[in-house]
Amino acid sequence: MTVPKLSIENVSMVFDTNGQEFVALAPVNLEVPAGRFISLIGPSGCGKSTIFNIVAGLQAPTEGRILIDGQDATGLIGQVGYMLQKDLLLPWRTVLDNVILGMEIRGTPTAEARDRAMPMLQRYGLAGFEHSFPSKLSGGMRQRAALLRTLLVDMDIVLLDEPFGALDAQTKARMQEWLLTLFNDFGRTVIFVTHDVEEAIFLSDDVYVMASRPGRVIDKMPVDLPRPRDRSIVSTPRFVAMKKYCLDLLHGAAVPETPPAPIAA
Amino acid sequence: MNSPTSTLPANSLPMGSTAGNKSTPPKRIARRLPVQKLWPMWAIVATQAGVLVVFVALWEIAANTGFIDAFFWSKPSAIWSTMITFFSQGDAFTDIAYTFRSTILGFVLGTSVGALLGMSFWWSRNYALIMQPYIICLESIPKLALAPLIILVFGMGLSSKVAIATALTLIVSTLTAYSGVQAVDKDQEKLFYSLGASRWQVFTKLVAPSCVPWIISILRVNIGLALTGSIVGEFVSSQHGLGRTILYAGSTYEIALVWVAVIVLSALSIVMYIGVTWLEKFLRKGVVH
Repeated sequence: MTVPKLSIENVSMVFDTNGQEFVALAPVNLEVPAGRFISLIGPSGCGKSTIFNIVAGLQAPTEGRILIDGQDATGLIGQVGYMLQKDLLLPWRTVLDNVILGMEIRGTPTAEARDRAMPMLQRYGLAGFEHSFPSKLSGGMRQRAALLRTLLVDMDIVLLDEPFGALDAQTKARMQEWLLTLFNDFGRTVIFVTHDVEEAIFLSDDVYVMASRPGRVIDKMPVDLPRPRDRSIVSTPRFVAMKKYCLDLLHGAAVPETPPAPIAA
Repeated sequence: MNSPTSTLPANSLPMGSTAGNKSTPPKRIARRLPVQKLWPMWAIVATQAGVLVVFVALWEIAANTGFIDAFFWSKPSAIWSTMITFFSQGDAFTDIAYTFRSTILGFVLGTSVGALLGMSFWWSRNYALIMQPYIICLESIPKLALAPLIILVFGMGLSSKVAIATALTLIVSTLTAYSGVQAVDKDQEKLFYSLGASRWQVFTKLVAPSCVPWIISILRVNIGLALTGSIVGEFVSSQHGLGRTILYAGSTYEIALVWVAVIVLSALSIVMYIGVTWLEKFLRKGVVH
């Protein structure tokens, strides 16, 4: 068996507040093969963001290890691309200069970084806004810029923390399709966090369902829908059944052992 | 009236009926949104000039008729002639340049050193915590009370005036820059570190630019403080400067000269405000959009 791109081995997070132990994350094991798109869904407080912070090296786990390509990367920063919920574009930089931030931090000369970023902006829906400041952009465009900034650092693994959470339904749908195009073009390994079950199923190869108190992964649901996926897929019986299964799990109305039976395509 | 979807309580009467309805309907207040009409610009300026002319004229008349004592208050015509003598002597420009120089030097020193000091607290939480009580102590000292001591240490020359102006502006700048540092978005910092940034990169690319609007906000206050510092320094002991001119004129009862110096100081202050406004615009261009 090949080495998974990312392994989360027995990672747990326990906080000690005034002598009281609080388990933010019960031991989690997760393996993500290269080039897969996985989603984590769960109620707030289930430790989704904690997992991301640990994988990104921004928080040290109480126990466990993070392996990237089989090598220990626990507590190392700059090993994965991480896009937070907010776009976090710097207001004093143009879109172009915001997008190259990651490359700049990694030591790419500014001129070279700009040359690389320019065609990307044009290709992925930001043409004409390269030299605008973020304040002139719509919410969707700001998210595009933030995502391109994450992808341009050339990390194999990309963590996306509810990137479309604050967008309106139409923009969100458009952004999801745009993200799938990017996923296709860049071939990265993506871990996506969302509360939106439909979004998770539409985008992913695997959906991990999480629960809170303590935060833990309760099930892994493979999504065997063919790609490329059209928006109409959301009303197919197979999709609806998967959605219902996830929702039932989230609401504690189902046990993990009974995933919906695959329907022959 | 009795529609099936009505949710009115059973005992309430249908609308429009007055029979048995004891309560009068609430009084309606008919009030229009107050709208202020703006005068044209020329009318505003003309009125402003008019107020000045009337004020000066009243002052002149009151002094001439003995309504106010011209010995203490002087009068516009005397001030005008003193102004002409003041500027026809070479000393005027030496004095103006002296006060101007110490103010600008104190402003630049106090603001920049203060801003750097404030931003330096970002580097270490321990260092910031250790320094905190000292900064608060320094802030609470009435700096002007130290003026005689500063003159003793730095001498009667320019450096003591610069030192007082710096003392007045430094701590305010430090505290403001430190507030700027504390207001840096933690998620923004997280993003930088997730990209593998070093502390120095976070400082130069995030913390410093984030602090610029905070530093801009203190510039106007500081130019006024620096001017105050220079003048007080000149009051305590000096051989030049507009502050010394005022002190000298006051002690020799040349009240008209006091007014001349005050008017020149106001003009100087306006010039420096314009300079600071320009500086603000220049700094803002880099960080605010």
